[in-house]
Amino acid sequence: MLEPFFRWCESTLIGRAVADSVWAFPILEAVHLLGLCLLGGALLVVDLRMLGVGLTGQPVSRLARHARPWLVAALVVMVATGIPLFLSEAIKAYYNTSFWVKMTTLPVALGFTFGVRERVARDEGMEPGPRCRAIGAVSLALWFTVAAAGRWIGFS
Amino acid sequence: MIERFLAWLGETPWSVALLESLYAWPLVESTHVLTLGLFVGCTIMMDLRLTGLAFRNVPVRSFTGRLLPWTHAGFVVMTVTGLLLFYSQPLRYYHNVFFRVKVLVMVAAGINAFVFHRGTHRRASDWGSDAVPPRAARVAGAVSLTAWALVVVAGRLIAYNWFDCDIQPQPGWVNWLAGCEAVTE
Repeated sequence: MLEPFFRWCESTLIGRAVADSVWAFPILEAVHLLGLCLLGGALLVVDLRMLGVGLTGQPVSRLARHARPWLVAALVVMVATGIPLFLSEAIKAYYNTSFWVKMTTLPVALGFTFGVRERVARDEGMEPGPRCRAIGAVSLALWFTVAAAGRWIGFS
Repeated sequence: MIERFLAWLGETPWSVALLESLYAWPLVESTHVLTLGLFVGCTIMMDLRLTGLAFRNVPVRSFTGRLLPWTHAGFVVMTVTGLLLFYSQPLRYYHNVFFRVKVLVMVAAGINAFVFHRGTHRRASDWGSDAVPPRAARVAGAVSLTAWALVVVAGRLIAYNWFDCDIQPQPGWVNWLAGCEAVTE
């Protein structure tokens, strides 16, 4: 049903430009990976703390506040590079199970991070309770799934 | 000598099995990539603190002290999976320009970290609470950020065979950097 839309995506100017270039795809991929590194760091610093490990000397709220702009920056980089990567091989993505796993877990992870985790972390202090720990664990699991499915797009 | 050893290594049954496996190789590679989030991610966070760009009111000692074990764990996973990937195709990686650049930059990043931890970081009790650390710490952080970014980019580009020795003609400097003479001889 969505296939015509994916065909159109691949026919866009950006999609064709990336597909036709030797360097564009690898460079975008490399920057996408750099975004992944930043995203991993910005998430882990807070998620580990919510789980009661890592930077245990600091209140959760402080770490979350400091990490937030870097988390947002990482997501901006990932989306800005992910879209042209997708456009260049949209039809392949359409028939790729990993792509759909990623695209279903990504909005869930985003909604959970900014709708739930952010709010809880903001008010959390030195002793994260069971709810806080659960949220840290869910956040890690969600983003792990997004990243793993993302990597697997290239293998399937 | 190295050539012959790596050629032999690449012909060992386990190396062939790993390279040709349906799932083992992708799983090792995926682990290598996903662990970037842990290893380079934690490194970036510490470097951002050292450059004074983030976590300014978190003392450096408690920041690095509590993140380093996680960074080390990530490094172990990166090393094990990285060595396995190398083992799957030793000769190809040995002559890959991006792999060589990656190894060189990793050595540079290692020296930078070693010098910093031996020197400036030891005196962190004097400056660790400063929002913006002293110049030596900021330089160490900036060098680390740049180096690991280069490592990630070079690492990703290893997958491309643009400059491989069996794809000729190449500019002289490419053949020199990839050590292609030895192959053609």
